Amino acid sequence: MKGLKVLWDLFSVFFKIGAFTFGGGWAMISIIEKEVVEKKSWLGKEEFIDALAVSQSLPGIMAVNISIFTGNKQAGFKGALAATLGTVLPSFVMILAIALFFTRIYNEPYMIAIFNGIRPAVVALIVIPVFTTAKSSKITWRNCWIPIVGALLIWLVGVSPVYIILGAAALAVFRMLLKRRG
Amino acid sequence: MIFLQLFWVYFKIGIFGFGGGYAMLSLIQHEVVEKHQWISDAQFTDIVAVSQMTPGPIGINSATYIGYTASGSVWGSVIATFSVCLPSFILMLFVSRIILKFKDNLWVDTIFSGLRPAIVGLVASAGLMLMNSQNFQDWKSFLIFGVVFIAVKFIKLHPILMIVISGAFGYFFCYPS
Repeated sequence: MKGLKVLWDLFSVFFKIGAFTFGGGWAMISIIEKEVVEKKSWLGKEEFIDALAVSQSLPGIMAVNISIFTGNKQAGFKGALAATLGTVLPSFVMILAIALFFTRIYNEPYMIAIFNGIRPAVVALIVIPVFTTAKSSKITWRNCWIPIVGALLIWLVGVSPVYIILGAAALAVFRMLLKRRG
Repeated sequence: MIFLQLFWVYFKIGIFGFGGGYAMLSLIQHEVVEKHQWISDAQFTDIVAVSQMTPGPIGINSATYIGYTASGSVWGSVIATFSVCLPSFILMLFVSRIILKFKDNLWVDTIFSGLRPAIVGLVASAGLMLMNSQNFQDWKSFLIFGVVFIAVKFIKLHPILMIVISGAFGYFFCYPS
């Protein structure tokens, strides 16, 4: 019974996350952090950043990847399945309803108005984790150039985030080898 | 036959879709609009609009919508959604098990402590890219941004609550001119 409880917990938390995430993977981070790190303590603060790194480095949908990571850690394969089902189900049901019944609802002025309200809120929810992740990844004056250069390369130059992750990993390994030798 | 095709196309999108939702879009467009012509260009733009207005990952939204439109059956949605998640499932389970097993290994530890600062930059870039005129139309948008930022970061209100409040505010005050 205890096993079922864990699976239900994973499903319902990720269902909540899936149902309220507008604007893709990064917008989920605030909600995931609140639910998974603060409330449930399923992932530690550093572990959460590691989960982000892995989810972003591997192909596929980031939100699904984080669900799999968290679910697997909590309850293995079944946990991953329960969490993913939770993330996917709200979009699945809603999009299917739209495809079946109201194809043009998003052109209604009141829908546009609601989303004019939601979009800036979503941007704020994406900016907040910049500060929380900076704190838990121990950013100092000495290494703060890494996130700054990374963000500018992606934002202004259009470099794929995958290369920033690979570059940071290579840099870390290179430094470790230098330290070992010297 | 269409079900097999849907499975294969969305499995491919799941494997090669790096870098999250919007990076996936061009791949989806290439396969679904240009190659298989399951939907038209205009329909594709519609899906992007619908995806922005409904919760959930854009990859899932497009799989569900196109699965139905291409096959005329709910099973098309089920198969496309399932197959876009399948590669993630296999890869993530494999990789996260390795990571959990070798957490204390010097290499794994070095790589992850090196990655963490870069992830901060990634999150920042996602925020910067959304600071555009589509999301910030007038002073009300900046007001919402500021209020949500303070409410969630400092007063520790739940992000979901703030999304609901912002949507309600929009419903009353943010009609397109």
